[in-house]
Amino acid sequence: MPDLDKPYNQTSDTAKPLTQDFQKRRLIKDIVARYGVIIGGLSVIVAVVMIFFYLLYVVFPLFLSATAESVSQYPLPEKSQGNTVLLQMEEQNELAVRFTDKGEAVFFQTATGNVVLKQAINIPEGSHITSFAEGSPVSEGTIVYGFSNGQAIIAKPKYTVSYPNNIRIITPTLNYPLGEEPLAINDAGIALDKIAFAIADNATTVVTQSANKITLTSFEKEQSLFADEASLQRTDGEIPLPSEGVERILIDKEGRNLYLASKNGRLAFYDISEKASPSLKQAQQAVASDQKITSVDFLNGDLSLMIGDSSGAVSQWTMVRDSNNHPQLQKIRAFKVSDSAIVSLKGEQRRKGFLTVDASGNIGIYHSTAEKELVKTHVSDSLSFAALSPRANALLLQSADNKLHFWKIDNEHPEVSLKSLWQQVWYESYPKPDYIWQSSAANNDFEPKYSLTPLVFGTLKAAFYAMLVAIPLSLMGAIYTAYFMSPNIRQYVKPTIEIMGALPTVILGFLAGLWLAPFMEANLAGVFCFLLFSPMIVMLFAFSWQFMPKDLLNKIPDGMDAMLLIPVILLGGWFTFTISTPIEAVLFNGSLREWFKNDLGIGYDQRNALVVGVAMGFAVIPSIFSIAEDAIFSVPKHLTVGSLALGATPWQTMINVVLLTASPGIFSAIMIGFGRAVGETMIVLMATGNTPVMDISVFQGMRTLAANIAVEMPESEVDSTHYRVLFLAALVLFTFTFIFNTLAEVIRQRLRDKYSSL
Amino acid sequence: MIKLWFKSGVPWVWLNAAAVSTCLIMVIAVLGLITVRGVGHFWPSKIIQFSYQEVGSEPQTIIGEMVDSSVTPAAMAKSAGYTLADNEDTLVQHLIKTGNRDITGTDFRWIQDRNIKNQTEPTDLLTIERREWGNFYGQFLAVKENGKVVGSGTSAWPIAEKKLAENLVIFEQIEKIEKKDIGKVNYGLERLRLKQKALELEKQWNSATEKQFAAEKVELENQYKQFQTTLADLYQQIRRDSIVAKADNGQEVEIPMAKIVMMFQPNDMGWFAKVGHYFAKVYEFLTDEPREANTEGGIFPAIFGTILMVMMMSIIVTPFGVIAAVYLREYAKQGFITRLIRIAVNNLAGVPSIVYGVFGLGFFVYILGGNIDKLFFPEAAPAPVFGTPGLLWASITLALLTLPVVIVSTEEGLSRIPKSIREGSLALGATKFETLWLTVLPMASPAMMTGLILAVARAAGEVAPLMLVGVVKMAPTLPLDGNFPFLHLDRKFMHLGFHIYDVGFQSPNVEAARPLVYATSLLLVVVILGLNLAAIIIRNRLREKYRALEG
Repeated sequence: MPDLDKPYNQTSDTAKPLTQDFQKRRLIKDIVARYGVIIGGLSVIVAVVMIFFYLLYVVFPLFLSATAESVSQYPLPEKSQGNTVLLQMEEQNELAVRFTDKGEAVFFQTATGNVVLKQAINIPEGSHITSFAEGSPVSEGTIVYGFSNGQAIIAKPKYTVSYPNNIRIITPTLNYPLGEEPLAINDAGIALDKIAFAIADNATTVVTQSANKITLTSFEKEQSLFADEASLQRTDGEIPLPSEGVERILIDKEGRNLYLASKNGRLAFYDISEKASPSLKQAQQAVASDQKITSVDFLNGDLSLMIGDSSGAVSQWTMVRDSNNHPQLQKIRAFKVSDSAIVSLKGEQRRKGFLTVDASGNIGIYHSTAEKELVKTHVSDSLSFAALSPRANALLLQSADNKLHFWKIDNEHPEVSLKSLWQQVWYESYPKPDYIWQSSAANNDFEPKYSLTPLVFGTLKAAFYAMLVAIPLSLMGAIYTAYFMSPNIRQYVKPTIEIMGALPTVILGFLAGLWLAPFMEANLAGVFCFLLFSPMIVMLFAFSWQFMPKDLLNKIPDGMDAMLLIPVILLGGWFTFTISTPIEAVLFNGSLREWFKNDLGIGYDQRNALVVGVAMGFAVIPSIFSIAEDAIFSVPKHLTVGSLALGATPWQTMINVVLLTASPGIFSAIMIGFGRAVGETMIVLMATGNTPVMDISVFQGMRTLAANIAVEMPESEVDSTHYRVLFLAALVLFTFTFIFNTLAEVIRQRLRDKYSSL
Repeated sequence: MIKLWFKSGVPWVWLNAAAVSTCLIMVIAVLGLITVRGVGHFWPSKIIQFSYQEVGSEPQTIIGEMVDSSVTPAAMAKSAGYTLADNEDTLVQHLIKTGNRDITGTDFRWIQDRNIKNQTEPTDLLTIERREWGNFYGQFLAVKENGKVVGSGTSAWPIAEKKLAENLVIFEQIEKIEKKDIGKVNYGLERLRLKQKALELEKQWNSATEKQFAAEKVELENQYKQFQTTLADLYQQIRRDSIVAKADNGQEVEIPMAKIVMMFQPNDMGWFAKVGHYFAKVYEFLTDEPREANTEGGIFPAIFGTILMVMMMSIIVTPFGVIAAVYLREYAKQGFITRLIRIAVNNLAGVPSIVYGVFGLGFFVYILGGNIDKLFFPEAAPAPVFGTPGLLWASITLALLTLPVVIVSTEEGLSRIPKSIREGSLALGATKFETLWLTVLPMASPAMMTGLILAVARAAGEVAPLMLVGVVKMAPTLPLDGNFPFLHLDRKFMHLGFHIYDVGFQSPNVEAARPLVYATSLLLVVVILGLNLAAIIIRNRLREKYRALEG
């Protein structure tokens, strides 16, 4: 065919460079494809590693220690205005105020010490300042001065923020919530030696000690319906001065509880909800007898007192209800902070952390429930006053040489420690240490409780009950399908069971929650009867089957047993449910549920572990079944045939040869099933009440790690402790399933090698 | 003998067989339950008029559909606090859907069978599906126009039906203007605002652009006014007609036509009418928007959202899955690395789906999305564009989740292609890539298809991760519409699986919503099982084909 050859010869010379070019391009394409594919393939590993490290990256800051660093130090501003009685910082850490013993409020910039404003309070003529106190953080920095004439004045620094030209400017002023005129507290005009107060919405309580009396004065604002002016309604009460004297007076923010601390360590607790008749509830020694109380402060929420003593120990005291339901002030934990006395203690305003200052000039930042020391550092040789900013991210300290030290603190997640995550923690207002997960509540000074233990417990409980349902059904099913079932039925049965796995779990969860749970609640006895009697019914049928006429037996091919049993089980189910009602009526007074509750004390939750077990068992069966069936089916035929030839029955061959050989595969099937049960979200979310309780009972619900993430993740604030703890929960789940899956895969790969060598 | 029988092992074999039977029964029962409840939902059920008298109270009339019945043994009923006569063995109760929530405050009530004096099915009872307050059941009385009765009694029924049809047409027009046209105007205004802000940020905002923007704004506002006048006109028309009906407590109620979706007299329907009604309801279910906090109406946005998300996911997952499988089968030396990759693939398949959700939320949404916003959409700040859960992130997250499915399936397909084909191609001088691209991959395409179908089936049913990365219970707009750039990857969307969870568990009126959840479940199950069956069939065909090639 010359026509075909001709163009080839003609173009061969001119096309030569082209062909080379073409070849080159082909090669380049090949190389590019090779590397592209290699990168693509390896990116699968990258994906897994990235998920792990990203989760770790988010979780990691939880376990970082806090840091504190000095920003600046400067001489005490307006030293001539008197000695400091209190230092205070505002929200943005830009300004601070120094209250002096001359009744002067000096506002200055925290970074430089430049004075912004000086304002003096109104000191009644002919009197001088005898006492001073700071209110609870809820009252936003309110303070009180007590005077020698029995009067007192309450003042409050106020900061107005404005943005002229997009620059933030904070302007301080001093306000008087109860009027600029001093309030007469002691009518006899005796000097107020000690003072404390609590401001609530419409009631202000002032407790004072003058001479040898402790007086309670309460002002209640009464807003009359028509007048604009509110009148102050005054109530007085009295407490005899304890013999050991009073060093500090403390009132909680609601003005209900009064604490008197004496120098030698006595702590007395009064109920003052009735202002006219305060009553002593308890008095006890709060520190060792040879120690002195050197500083006291409330922890945020005013539910516990932190007491620092002269030996450098800090203990937390809170109200615990005893067995008779009486509140008792009890020491729930202690910190050994230093070897020298605790000079100052400050509770954080938003969290349960606190700052300690000891006599040798060290500061320490601790978190009470996490029992964690976050910062410990030396500032100056001797410190006298400390202020912690409202967000607890800055510190102002006054040293004995009349210098102020301004420090920045980076302390994002103090509430998380390994102990608070995994061990029992004694929270305020709880009777004993416990595992609690409670991440949010309506009120402001709520302490989030992040114990992962109940969640892990719930996860394992759900998985356990699911496996209890799934393992027998799926393994027995796999044994039968792979070894005894006739091949032409097997080709339909296997995909049918495997397709169970494709059912969306949200549908299984929906059916479990809205159909199965009410059904089980109504037919609890029937369910138990079915579990109890159905194996017997199957056995009975099997036993009587051998007596069937031979003709019939011959007509039914081998390996049809499963099909035969379907009507048997259905009938048996119907039968057991029918007889369950009379059984229930005779044995359990008509209701098994009530019987459990009344006679055994086991409560019944409609959405419980039994429901989850069945529903999640259903979801897990296909994964276990499929892998186990494969493992059993691929046991080399010569092994079984050999065993049968030596006279073993099919069942003996099954147990002694097939199962033994396939056991690694079966093990890995169970692993994978367990991994799936642990991570399943929707079924647990919908079929349990999602209460994080630790109760092994099959009739109680649980909350699993996965469901917890699904419930709380959407509303958690990015990078908050809660967010990171949820990531930690995800990391725990990931690690858990990673171990199980890797183990299963390694075993399976080994098994494959083994089979190929057999 | 029994001992011997047990020794032979036969009973254990039977017990194993029973396990298989139990599994099969469970599958069939679940599918059957969903099918029966889901299919039955749309059938027009009869309205029954009970004359009911509780012990020691006046007789009353109850009109409604019978939804459920329960039989409690006497002993159990007594312990639960019911009083029964001595000769009664059981307590029979019926759950009646009485509707009329605006009048009685509840949709459902349980009545005891023993207190029913008689029950009838009068043909003039009607069901009205309303846009709010759920169904109305009662007796048809009259039709009103502008407050005047234009027809009453049974003879007026055709008038009522005709008027409803007219009103529905008007309602559709109103919907179109409110949703589509005014939506477009609003979208235009928002885009103008963002553009202005972007120009201001770039310091290019000057009097010229200001003028231009103002003109565009006026244009849009004029359009808006025009729509408003049309709307006012349509509203006037639709408010004209109403229906008067009597509720079961004797109260006469006037229901404006504007509030009616569908009305029918089920007791008067023949079989064909019922079938017609059935398909009309199914059509409504598939194509309509949900009403009344998702408990009524259709699920179109959920279907649409699911399909769109799954399509996006397919586009992302296929290339990655195929490349990884090709690497494992064609390029990598079987050894440590491939083992490692297989472990990784298995782990990807085994990691709980919620972990993907957490990863997607943290990494894709907050890190990737947050940075995209900073770089490309500074004008939208502080409102996030991509820095919030949405369609794109949901698709990528699910692509990651379904990656192993595609890899495993494609790899299986590749492993079945006989070596001779590759060797033949290479022997003819093709490079490895050419062999792959021109012979191996086309042959493996059904396997890839299988993998993709399985991935789609998995993604369509997955809910947990989506709850974190973009699914919402009610999306105001579809992620695909007529406004530029048409496909809104940043929008949140609705999803069938989440719809089931939300309506079944978060809705205030679970009892009323339950049938709809069954119907939605049925749809989802049919789609997913259909996809799975398709995958199985393709896979089997493929196996046959290669068996022939090898032979």
